[in-house]
Amino acid sequence: MKKETANTLRAFLIELVIYAVLVVGYFFLVLHFLGEGLQRIAQNHRYTYAGLAVLLMIGQAVLLQNVTTFLLRLIRRTQ
Amino acid sequence: MFFPISGAHISPTYLVIIGFIIGILGGFFGVGGSFIAGPALRAVGLDWNFAIGTDLAHIVGKSVVAVRQHRAFGNVDLKLGLIMAIGTIAGAEVGAQLIQMFKRAGNVNLVVSIVSIVVYLSISSFMIWESRKTLAQAQLLGGTVKGEKAKHDPSAFKHVTSGIQRLKIPPMITLPVSGVTISLWIILLVAFNGGLFSGFLGGGAGYIRMPSMVYVLGIPTHLAVGTDLFEIIISASYGTFTHAIKGNVDILIALVMHTGAAIGAQIGAISTQYFAGPKIRLAFVPLPLIGAAIIIYTLVTGHKL
Repeated sequence: MKKETANTLRAFLIELVIYAVLVVGYFFLVLHFLGEGLQRIAQNHRYTYAGLAVLLMIGQAVLLQNVTTFLLRLIRRTQ
Repeated sequence: MFFPISGAHISPTYLVIIGFIIGILGGFFGVGGSFIAGPALRAVGLDWNFAIGTDLAHIVGKSVVAVRQHRAFGNVDLKLGLIMAIGTIAGAEVGAQLIQMFKRAGNVNLVVSIVSIVVYLSISSFMIWESRKTLAQAQLLGGTVKGEKAKHDPSAFKHVTSGIQRLKIPPMITLPVSGVTISLWIILLVAFNGGLFSGFLGGGAGYIRMPSMVYVLGIPTHLAVGTDLFEIIISASYGTFTHAIKGNVDILIALVMHTGAAIGAQIGAISTQYFAGPKIRLAFVPLPLIGAAIIIYTLVTGHKL
């Protein structure tokens, strides 16, 4: 295996481990607190819930991509 | 883990793994992956209405990640994507109306199943013929495929695509990013057709739109994948909104699934750099076949996956 490929794979595996730890924390902290509030909005304010659902999804997508990009850069710099 | 909006108990690890797999497929092929996500959510006991609505929400997030990655490689034609979104939404509405019509006639399941099988098998057969013929004819250079190199995309079907591009039905639209000039009506027709199948068969219908963009509009495969994903963001956001109003979206499930998809979509998008257009098209072939197999299984056994 080429050295560059091995480095990329190692960086990716380290990123996956750090990402997994962050995601588990995210489940228990953010989603736990969001759950009840979102359920109430879903039951009583359908249009607000619909708008929030789209915004939350896009927001999380941008956030997670920035996190993964940052992690990958950080790991590559330290290698 | 308990999800209060849908009242379902689902393992978050299962959701993350499903999201990861669909993320890779989506980033690489430009599809939503609903033919896997729908049955996968149904398999853990989520009602069909929640499975469909929640899957659409998750597709929005996954596509945002994949599009940002594709855009960095210059693989997104924003102008084309915005024009196509108009045709897609119109087509999706007509598709939904057709479903209502067959529902009233009492034969919606049989009609949708047969149409799906015919469409999926036709796409797979055509793509396997075209990509294999192209690969046999073309001398594909090695190395990464991005930027200007992605625009060089040989196809054994090019003569038909060129004929379609020569149809001068005004207004003509120039797409500098894709390197194509084509009638607006042909773009809208392709988008409408994708939307029609999306509304009629469910999901984002990327398995129809991505090949249509390559073979009918003449968009290079890498740009078709990136642009299709961009267009999916718009149409899936619209779908999420309307399904959420009807109480069919558990956004918490979608958010958990998306944590896996965010990584998968990046891997898929980055991987496209290492494959030439015809190779991506050849690898695409099993996807519609999986969709057809699921429907045949449902028809034969009478069980919904």
